[in-house]
Amino acid sequence: MSLKRKDLVSIASLTLDEITLILDTADSFKEVSGREIKKVPALRGKTVVNLFFEPSTRTRTSFELAAKRLSADVINFSPSSSSVVKGETLLDTARNIEAMQADIIVLRHPDAGAAETLANGVKSSVINAGDGWHEHPTQALLDLFTMREKKLNFKGLRVAIVGDIAHSRVARSNIFGLSKLGAEIRAVGPPTMIPAHLDRLGVRVYYDLDEALRGVDVIMMLRLQLERQGRALFPSIREYSRLYGLTAERVKLAEAGALVMHPGPVNRGVEMAPEVADSFSSVILDQVANGVAVRMGLLYLLAGAN
Amino acid sequence: MIAPEKKARDQETLVMDASEVARALTRIAHEILERNKGTQEIALVGIRTGGVHLAHRLARRIQEIERAQVPIGELDITLYRDDLGIRKDQPVLRKTSIPFNVSDLNVILVDDVLFTGRTIRAAMDGLIDLGRPAEIQLAVLVDRGHRQLPIKATYIGKNIPTSREEIVHVYLEEEGEEDRVVLLKNASGGAR
Repeated sequence: MSLKRKDLVSIASLTLDEITLILDTADSFKEVSGREIKKVPALRGKTVVNLFFEPSTRTRTSFELAAKRLSADVINFSPSSSSVVKGETLLDTARNIEAMQADIIVLRHPDAGAAETLANGVKSSVINAGDGWHEHPTQALLDLFTMREKKLNFKGLRVAIVGDIAHSRVARSNIFGLSKLGAEIRAVGPPTMIPAHLDRLGVRVYYDLDEALRGVDVIMMLRLQLERQGRALFPSIREYSRLYGLTAERVKLAEAGALVMHPGPVNRGVEMAPEVADSFSSVILDQVANGVAVRMGLLYLLAGAN
Repeated sequence: MIAPEKKARDQETLVMDASEVARALTRIAHEILERNKGTQEIALVGIRTGGVHLAHRLARRIQEIERAQVPIGELDITLYRDDLGIRKDQPVLRKTSIPFNVSDLNVILVDDVLFTGRTIRAAMDGLIDLGRPAEIQLAVLVDRGHRQLPIKATYIGKNIPTSREEIVHVYLEEEGEEDRVVLLKNASGGAR
């Protein structure tokens, strides 16, 4: 089986078989990152362009490493250093990049739907690296990969997603992915951060963290976007931390051996106590390492579908 | 059940049966030991998928003969194929697992059928990315000719003269079949 699609815009549009194929392919690529010479010739001659309209270090670096380990050429294109400030539209920027024979464009953009627009407008493959509040599919895929690696099976797996669900593309993509794979999903956060109608996606909503953590196998913390403070979503960081911060005590409420995940960057002492981030249950650095393998898998699969 | 089975067999010519496969592997195991003067410096690396099964069988025979364990690796050559940019669909990638350092070892690549030699070229490139073997040798169950690259096997189970259009199929117990090698005549579709 191969991936018969040009782009990866969302997890919502993927079938269960496609998700499984991407995770299986990533699994095979993990070995490459453990080699002394971390390079294979699979994408020789292909060009990958990282088109990032939002600041990002780990996602961009992860894509860059993934492409380089596949022997592709990589160009990083960010708006501050480009003609975007001169008023060029997204599509025009992308078409210019495409005219230079880019095979795959990795797009990070502040507006939801930007990746879809781009995918429909260019012949190159487009990978969504986060578009507004919409989706961040590769983050979800690496989270799913990490869960599968540690827990083997999604059937009956209980996952609590904690934090600002409403404004999190990471949460959205994970909810779509986990529900396709058959996991039980719990969403936890203050009412101002829980979107309406989450139950329609099969998600159980909790406002009390202790209650939500009981018996879960995976605790997925979201980054508290501190820049949103002052928009009346929560009274104070201290209160948020007291009610929704993950402490070592709270981890004990979960199933023994539960995983603690975080997409990074972690606000230590806000959504997560430092000793939890550094604990044995924390798989935060596994997520980062797996991110490269998942992106290698995806680049490999999409490079064939021209 | 009977009808399709019979139909499939009609186009097939049996070229090696289970006992011939077994004897060929036993002979290759002896040849490997003779050429490398024992098991000290050697490692077996099977090429996915058929080669992996054969590598394990060779290792078992070597163990029986010399009472020594030989390191075994599994190599997937997908990322080193020379047709990756040309094919419409990306071939399915499987795991490479070589849990030892190949440098300074005599690495014996194991595959079921040697045909164009392109798989072996890819396997050698893949292997060299992992280190610098002292020697790379090649063991195949069947050499069917029609090389497109200057590649030659070190150990051969059986030479089978074929035409380019024919297909050589190796069935192995590990995949739920009775061990045998068959030749399919005038087959349409991909050759191997």
